[in-house]
Amino acid sequence: MTSPHTEAVNGQLPHEPEKATLEGRNKVLGFWLFLGGEAVLFGTLFATFLALRDQTVEGPTANDLFHLPLVGAATFILLVSSLTSVFAIQAMHKHNVKKLISWLIVTVILGLGFLSLEIYEFYEYVVHKNFGMTTSAFSSAFYTLVGFHGAHVAFGIAWIGILIGQLYKKGLTVVTAPKIYVSAIYWHFIDVVWVFIFTVVYLLGKVV
Amino acid sequence: MDWITTVDHKKIAILYLMAGALFFGIGGIEAILIRIQLMEPYNQIVSTQIFNELITMHGTTMIFLGVMPIIFAFMNAILPLQIGARDVAFPFLNALGFWTFLFGGILLNLSWLMGGAPDAGWTSYVPLASTAYSDTHGVDFYTIGLQIAGLGTLIGGINFLATIITMRAPGMSFMRMPMFAWTTFITSAMILFAFPAITVGLVLLTFDRILGANFFSIEGGGNPVLWQHIFWIFGHPEVYILILPAFGIISEVIPTFSRKRLFGYSSMVFATILIAFLGFMVWAHHMFTTGLGTIANALFSISTMLIAVPTGIKIFNWLFTMWGGQIRFTTANLYAIGFLPTFVMGGVTGVMLASAPADFQFHDTYFVVAHFHYVIVGGLVLGIFAGLTYWWPKMFGRLLNETLGKITFWFFIIGFHLTFFVQHFLGLLGMQRRVATYAPDQGLDELNYISTIGALLMGVGVILFLINVVITFRKPADAPNDPWEDGRTLEWSIPSPPPEHNFTQIPLVRGLDAWWKEKMAGNTKMTPAEPLGPIHMPSATPLPFLMSVGIFIAGLGFMFSNDEFGNGFMNFLFNNYIVVIIGLLITFGSMAARSLFDDHGWHIDPEELEDKGAKI
Ligand code: HEM
Ligand SMILES: [Cu+2]
Repeated sequence: MTSPHTEAVNGQLPHEPEKATLEGRNKVLGFWLFLGGEAVLFGTLFATFLALRDQTVEGPTANDLFHLPLVGAATFILLVSSLTSVFAIQAMHKHNVKKLISWLIVTVILGLGFLSLEIYEFYEYVVHKNFGMTTSAFSSAFYTLVGFHGAHVAFGIAWIGILIGQLYKKGLTVVTAPKIYVSAIYWHFIDVVWVFIFTVVYLLGKVV
Repeated sequence: MDWITTVDHKKIAILYLMAGALFFGIGGIEAILIRIQLMEPYNQIVSTQIFNELITMHGTTMIFLGVMPIIFAFMNAILPLQIGARDVAFPFLNALGFWTFLFGGILLNLSWLMGGAPDAGWTSYVPLASTAYSDTHGVDFYTIGLQIAGLGTLIGGINFLATIITMRAPGMSFMRMPMFAWTTFITSAMILFAFPAITVGLVLLTFDRILGANFFSIEGGGNPVLWQHIFWIFGHPEVYILILPAFGIISEVIPTFSRKRLFGYSSMVFATILIAFLGFMVWAHHMFTTGLGTIANALFSISTMLIAVPTGIKIFNWLFTMWGGQIRFTTANLYAIGFLPTFVMGGVTGVMLASAPADFQFHDTYFVVAHFHYVIVGGLVLGIFAGLTYWWPKMFGRLLNETLGKITFWFFIIGFHLTFFVQHFLGLLGMQRRVATYAPDQGLDELNYISTIGALLMGVGVILFLINVVITFRKPADAPNDPWEDGRTLEWSIPSPPPEHNFTQIPLVRGLDAWWKEKMAGNTKMTPAEPLGPIHMPSATPLPFLMSVGIFIAGLGFMFSNDEFGNGFMNFLFNNYIVVIIGLLITFGSMAARSLFDDHGWHIDPEELEDKGAKI
């Protein structure tokens, strides 16, 4: 049985270090399962949003609020961050720790950029457009769905941040590799959810 | 301390069992109080407000905090043994799941002491559950307590799925897996897809109540029926999450005590999968009377009735297993045999309810109460008792007293039918559920009286079971590996209770009912699949406990964040979310600690492999 702290198999890190140990494989599998649950979670939030998106009562409507260039920029930033996390994993498979860390840092910075735009957007709505959590069923559904996604982004940033710290301290091992791999899957997942949000919330909000 | 830091699945099982027993007891006392109130017309033992709180807490406690952890106790104690694994896939998460469950349950029950329990029914329908109708913190305890407890359940589900997928012993293909392992697998998958829905539902309700959001308030553009959809899209699968493990237990007990292999094993597997699948398709049969329209009602009606097909397959397979077997009427088997007709009766009333036009008549009467207690108590709780008696020697190394067990069984099953059979007629006579009393001379008086007597008899049964447990613990732990002598699955091939590492050498599985197969080949031990060597074990840690304490504190803080306290300092702490932040810091701090400090675990050397583990 391979124990998790054997630095590597036969003294050398395998090509895919995230799958080298049973613990690592379990972690990746468990994480995919977890994402299945997350998909249901976001699915329910989307269903709620779709059910309530026209219930604006007296408050602002989607058309009054959304400013597509801003959201478009945020989308672009997040999509690029998915790409940089792919580069990070590629670097990991080549055992290039330096490159791995750099790409992770770029990913985190892009994530922070996305998050700032979102906070700015919410701030505009609340302060200048009189659109808060309590305004209408539409506003509640909007803030909950988009806010949940934002919270996921924030969590991802903190997580990858900690992993960067670990990489500095311990380097790339069969223990750290699964964590990095899994955080990259998480990041792609957030990105995919955002694509749906962009379509269902923003684009549809402008069209209908 | 040992118990707070443990990550051993067998000890966590015992923790789940104790917590489940505790909540089961609380829910049972609530039930008895409800029945005493309804014993006679115009009784005033409790006020209507307290009555509402009692029925809400009884249902919520039983379903989420009583039977769920007991099922999880079995899964933890038995599943790794049945598939020949040394542990679960994520021991740390396993402990975390237990502690979040426990602290969620404690939070929910604190409501009794902190200004009123939830009072909107266990389904928490809006607008009853809105602040307009329920202005104490009761429903907040419900949303936040269940949220935390649900987190634990979800973690458990993921853990079992991963364990089964990756950690089966060599030779243990999916189609050689014991039925209990199969139902654990399917149940876990259902948990994974059902629980996130209620997570969202509870968040929305919390936001409505605490942040003033408008999801369910009509004035704000919200929609109360949305809650019902979200609740039941979780809630109906949930009832199958509960019953499938009971099916699994019955499928273990009956073959053992019939000395025959389970009839129609593969059809059992496919029936289980089919039930799980259909279970997700039928949620709106709880909503026939909300005005979904005839087309929707017809579709949900038919899909509901379809579930009778795989369920019927299961019932017949159990009967065919017993057919021509050498049946031994041990206590465990009595429960299993008692399960069969009782569950069938619950299924029949289910099909009656599934007929939409008839449901307009039955809805919200005691007929529904009778139906779901036939399936939940007559099905699930009998299954749990069967499992407890069957696996008690494996978990604790001691056999429960058989004579006392049989007396318990008779008290329980007679009490059960007395309580709930008459409720079918109460329902048909028009007695409404969730109403604190009724007028005399409508033909309801005698039947209610009988029902209460039955409930008291069930109570006696439960007390007898507890006495049995106490008596058993005063005896030495000397149960043999295979105390029933006809054990078929892997857990009976190792000592009772099992050593900490379960299997000294991982066994090689050579067929369905692996242990039986070896015994028939004349072997007294499983054939090992690996040489003797050091075994790697995860180390104990207080972090799961601490993380759950943090979540608990944050939950309380959030709940009271809008309150006016008499004390300025308290106002300051709560209204500025300082309590929430402290709680979250504890949780995230523990997570960071987990992430930054590597836990290498430890090894058991081959020489010391002989001692026994989890002793009580
Ligand atoms: C055998 C197939 C089953 C069928 C056809 C069936 C059908 C139904 C229907 C149509 C209702 C709605 C009644 C109403 O509110 O008017 C209902 C309620 C209920 N059923 Fe079942 N059911 C079945 C099995 C189960 C099982 C296995 C469980 C639990 C282990 C269960 C637990 C419940 C509960 C808790 C309720 C009441 C929910 C409430 O509070 O409104 N049922 N069932
Ligand atoms: Cu149902």
